[in-house]
Amino acid sequence: MKFLIKLIFFLILIPSKSFSLIEVDITRGNLDPLPIAVSPLSIDENSKQNFEKILKKKNIGDEISKIIEVNLKTSGLFNPLNRDAFLQAPDIANLKPRFEDWNLIKAQALITGKVSYINEKLRVEFRLWDVLAGKEMIALAFTTVPTNWRRVGHIITDKVYQRLTGEKGYFDTRIIYVAEEGPKTKRIKKLAIMDQDGANNKFLTLGNELVLTPRFNPTSQMVTYLSYFRNLPRVYLLDIETGTQEVVGDFPGMTFAPRFSPDGKKIIMSFAKDGNSEIYTMDLENRIVEKITNHPSIDTSPSFSPDGKFICFNSDRSGYQQIYVMKSDGSNVKRISFGNGLYGTPVWSPRGDLIAFTKLHKGKFYIGVMRTDGSGERLLTENFYQEAPSWSPNGRVLIFYRETKTDDKGEGFSAKLWSIDLTGYNERMVNTPTDASDPSWSSLLSN
Amino acid sequence: MKKLRIRNIDQGAIMKLNKILKNTLLIVFACFALSACATSKKTTGQMQGDVYTGTDTVEYLASGVPDRVFFATNESVLTTASRETLRKQAAYLRKNSKITIVLEGHADERGTREYNLALGERRANAAKDYLMTYGISSDRISVLSYGKERPVDSGSNPLAWSKNRRSVTVKAN
Repeated sequence: MKFLIKLIFFLILIPSKSFSLIEVDITRGNLDPLPIAVSPLSIDENSKQNFEKILKKKNIGDEISKIIEVNLKTSGLFNPLNRDAFLQAPDIANLKPRFEDWNLIKAQALITGKVSYINEKLRVEFRLWDVLAGKEMIALAFTTVPTNWRRVGHIITDKVYQRLTGEKGYFDTRIIYVAEEGPKTKRIKKLAIMDQDGANNKFLTLGNELVLTPRFNPTSQMVTYLSYFRNLPRVYLLDIETGTQEVVGDFPGMTFAPRFSPDGKKIIMSFAKDGNSEIYTMDLENRIVEKITNHPSIDTSPSFSPDGKFICFNSDRSGYQQIYVMKSDGSNVKRISFGNGLYGTPVWSPRGDLIAFTKLHKGKFYIGVMRTDGSGERLLTENFYQEAPSWSPNGRVLIFYRETKTDDKGEGFSAKLWSIDLTGYNERMVNTPTDASDPSWSSLLSN
Repeated sequence: MKKLRIRNIDQGAIMKLNKILKNTLLIVFACFALSACATSKKTTGQMQGDVYTGTDTVEYLASGVPDRVFFATNESVLTTASRETLRKQAAYLRKNSKITIVLEGHADERGTREYNLALGERRANAAKDYLMTYGISSDRISVLSYGKERPVDSGSNPLAWSKNRRSVTVKAN
């Protein structure tokens, strides 16, 4: 009998232990990032030489591991440990880690893997291990063209992030933004696109005309933005794969503040005429234009809820800039911002529960979030000037831009991209080759 | 229209309060540093409320016809001085009936980009409406908003911002 109880006890213990694998809580500010070891992906000599020929990288396994390390570090949730302390060789670790060794350097999680060159393709396999429990948490392999090697690093990070936090990652993504150069009074602006980590930066326009506010289509590689081509400020649609572009709609005046609907089939934007800005949508398939707002005030910066049923927008109908929510047909308009100050640039979170915004109060600019009924306002960051938040596809991180105050001579102006976690922690500058503004985060490129 | 007026009063009251506060501060500062006071006075000398009244950045369409009007923060209401400038422009345009113009509306850097685009458009249209009431046909006027994209003064101070809140009349032909 005693033995039976012991056995039952044992049986209960085992499954509960396998369920208590490491987890990372991303709902709170993480001041204690998880120590993780990224063992360089191992590679055989033949594959190494082949990749060196194609990619001009000495050890592609090493390079991919570095991408994973940087991603994990910037997330603020993980602390990638120094490789010099690793005791076990990468190839052996990938077969079966000696958990005592990794435990010794205080790693709680371990990533191992292997890259090989097979039929002109890059094949990668990787494993995520729970060091304390001594268990494998993920084992995955995939094959792709060698030039996709950076994306391999991002995809692995996404898988690790998802396994450890329980939510999708945001690493295999791109940012479209406006690259800026030149003096403040004669700024030259170009559309630019880069990977989420700043790699593969590419300019999409030449800077001959002013361009502003590019936004990704959540379902494809299309972008909508404002261009002053021929001094006619209009909303454009750009296919970043083919480079083809077109004016959106036929409006007798300025169209601006464009954004896609969540299904990617409509563009919502403002049209200004006779001193009055109203919100319109245009269906990209049948070109039908609908007027959504009807008010003699400024109505702009519209953003759909992820289910497409509501729109939040910016209006000064109360006298000053405030945030409003309405049904997607324009009915049921309700003001939701009631705090002190002015509110602008509302953007609905991809998770649906929050609206991010810019707030101006007593000469300071804030990026904040509130619930969709306006309750629970939380300011994440304060600065001299910052605005235009854009959500990471998992709704955990906001990217925005910040401008510096100039000195007495009007010198020292700069504009940079910054990101911050929804928790208000992990604020960091996003490196760009030039000054930058108006960032927009893409969806995950792979799922 | 009624709404605009109400807003105007609010804004006026706020500006007055700001001014009172500023003046009190000035007195306090004056006790400590006379030189600081002098520079502040120079600043207020070029603004009424927070509308720019100086001529540093102004260009002329013709002799005695200034090319631009200035606005208070977040406002598109024309001041008395702005109306006078626009009447001069209207007289000039009536005499030179072949000239067409672009009204370029601008905002300062202390606002969100998209709202400022709308605000610039609203300011340029305030100027357009006034020119039309003085006999200039809308066919001769086009409107272009630059929002906060083209400041004339790169400073980050109230005087620079007041110069940047403007509608500029530009000859198009």
